[in-house]
Amino acid sequence: MYRTHILVCGGTGCHSNNSGKIREAFEQQIKERGLDKDVCVVGTGCFGLCAVGPIIIIYPEGAFYSGLTVDDVPTVIEEHIVKGRLVEKLLYHEKALGNVAVKSLSDTNFYKKQTRVALRNCGVINPEKIDEYIARDGYQALIKCLTELTPQEIIDIVSASGLRGRGGAGFPTGRKWQFAKNQINDTKYVCCNADEGDPGAFMDRSVLEGDPHAVLEAMTIAGYAIGAHQGYIYVRAEYPIAVERLKIAIAQSREYGLLGDNILGTGFKFDIELKLGSGAFVCGEETALMTSIEGHRGEPRPRPPFPAVKGLFAKPTILNNVETYANICQIILRGADWFASMGTEKSKGTKVFALGGKITNTGLVEIPMGTTLREIIEDIGGGIPNGKKFKAAQTGGPSGGCIPAEHLDIPIDYDNLISIGSMMGSGGMIVMDEDNCMVDIAKFFLEFTVDESCGKCTPCRIGNRRLLEYLDKITMGKATLEDLDDMEQLCYYIKENSLCGLGQTAPNPVLSTLRYFRDEYEAHIKEHRCPAHVCKSLIQYKITDACNRQRVNEVNYGIGKR
Amino acid sequence: MKSIADIMAIRDAMQSQIILRDNANADNEIHIIVEMGTEGLAAGAREVFNALVDEIEERQLKGVRVTRTGKFSEETKKPAVEVRIPGKKPELHQALTAKKAVEILESIAPKTAK
Repeated sequence: MYRTHILVCGGTGCHSNNSGKIREAFEQQIKERGLDKDVCVVGTGCFGLCAVGPIIIIYPEGAFYSGLTVDDVPTVIEEHIVKGRLVEKLLYHEKALGNVAVKSLSDTNFYKKQTRVALRNCGVINPEKIDEYIARDGYQALIKCLTELTPQEIIDIVSASGLRGRGGAGFPTGRKWQFAKNQINDTKYVCCNADEGDPGAFMDRSVLEGDPHAVLEAMTIAGYAIGAHQGYIYVRAEYPIAVERLKIAIAQSREYGLLGDNILGTGFKFDIELKLGSGAFVCGEETALMTSIEGHRGEPRPRPPFPAVKGLFAKPTILNNVETYANICQIILRGADWFASMGTEKSKGTKVFALGGKITNTGLVEIPMGTTLREIIEDIGGGIPNGKKFKAAQTGGPSGGCIPAEHLDIPIDYDNLISIGSMMGSGGMIVMDEDNCMVDIAKFFLEFTVDESCGKCTPCRIGNRRLLEYLDKITMGKATLEDLDDMEQLCYYIKENSLCGLGQTAPNPVLSTLRYFRDEYEAHIKEHRCPAHVCKSLIQYKITDACNRQRVNEVNYGIGKR
Repeated sequence: MKSIADIMAIRDAMQSQIILRDNANADNEIHIIVEMGTEGLAAGAREVFNALVDEIEERQLKGVRVTRTGKFSEETKKPAVEVRIPGKKPELHQALTAKKAVEILESIAPKTAK
């Protein structure tokens, strides 16, 4: 029986800050001091507050220590573990409260407004131990489905919950499953899209790193609901920790008979295989992803036929995002009404966002739909650092748009974000302050999509290239106002004529910045000036008298020579 | 391969381990704080702490949390614990032994109640 649990964050953020070494140091020193019967050291998934990592939490006190180094380990053991005294100077300090030490994670402003459903186990359990997942009601939803519910009842629950796809498009999950179930075919597939490619997005990675079994369990449930016996998780090879933990989780599930030929003795057969993606952004698009699993070059194909009719290996297939799956087990266990009680009229439940950019609390947050952008940025995110002013928040990655300050109070859900010219996307949220040039931001995202365009259809391959050339011209001060109008026309042309989601949404960053920050574009064109002083070609350096005097002195009199 | 009964058994056995990490409901739980300063430790506070935790584990008690803290004050007769029951005034118990601590636990959460 352990009396104390030391939880060390093992998410990618803290891991790259040496949290692995800190965990080892705790393990070793706890053992040396003979405390290893009383104290267990647990490596967990992401706690969320990546900005102040490496993070540890010590229970039962719930003490939340941040910014730890290996050298702090003996102090924490001596003071906290042995003498029971909190180490004040290592506790997290809340800047918004006047830099006071905050004792536990749940007391921080960062956590107070969050509701954790998809992230409920992240930072609580050791993702490499299936028993800890089971202790948190893991695999109870699967047992309930296999023993009490018919496939149709499961789909009805998911439909009634109002869950919509968390990958970005927001298609109702229950309806997707129903389409696949209605197909009569001996072979069907369940796929998981873990090819999270948006710059600045790490929601799915954190779920896979912190709670891989939740995804496996939900996929098995989906298999039972639609009549599939094989699942695939398409995960990027750039996520080594997530891949490793998925492999461990799959092996443990097979050993426990939670995957395999006769799951828990019920006769249901389902297995899951990992497919590693090599980093092509377009493979996050559903048809390209399935083409890639089949072993072909990752290129999209026209829809219809939709995957539910003719998907992977031309069989009926459902493809859901990691975060969507992470909600399923809780919906089954706690009921559709519970889930539907959170959120707005058309967007139920919670959404995970990866907060990044010019914000104090960089990290992972999960909020009920309908929370305002202001609450996320000012309360949870702790505002903009260095006293700078908020300019815009970018959501939806390269497919999304920028939300200006005037829309800060809009409740976040799928439909509201689209109405203001952005989109939910997978949940990346990049905050920008007055030092960001919006033309430059649009260029950054467009460079990304031009790079990542697969080249199959012309509007995307050539259109986006032309669009980028317009932006280049603007940032160099060589464009005319006519160019601006032509550029806008081209945006709509690309959107209407591209084959897949990548091309159809690629001009969004340009369109949304044009909509809200047209004055910045015009400043570049008319005045050859970059208001944020970012575009290098438009910055002029002048040699003043003071410089001249220095030079004259040096050359003529050898004074002040360096 | 495990059966459904096996999974349930693992869950029940592991839950008491994991429950320690859940303080979402901390405000509504009974909280026993053990004074574990240097004098407290010398007087046997660790035995008191361990006895409480073991008893809770053995009885699979839920809603009672035992934590440590530094010295309460010079005056307390060590080992001492403070019992906080939601909605009531905190109570100080002093000069304890492991046995007495378990009795206190029994008076808060009788065995029959579980």
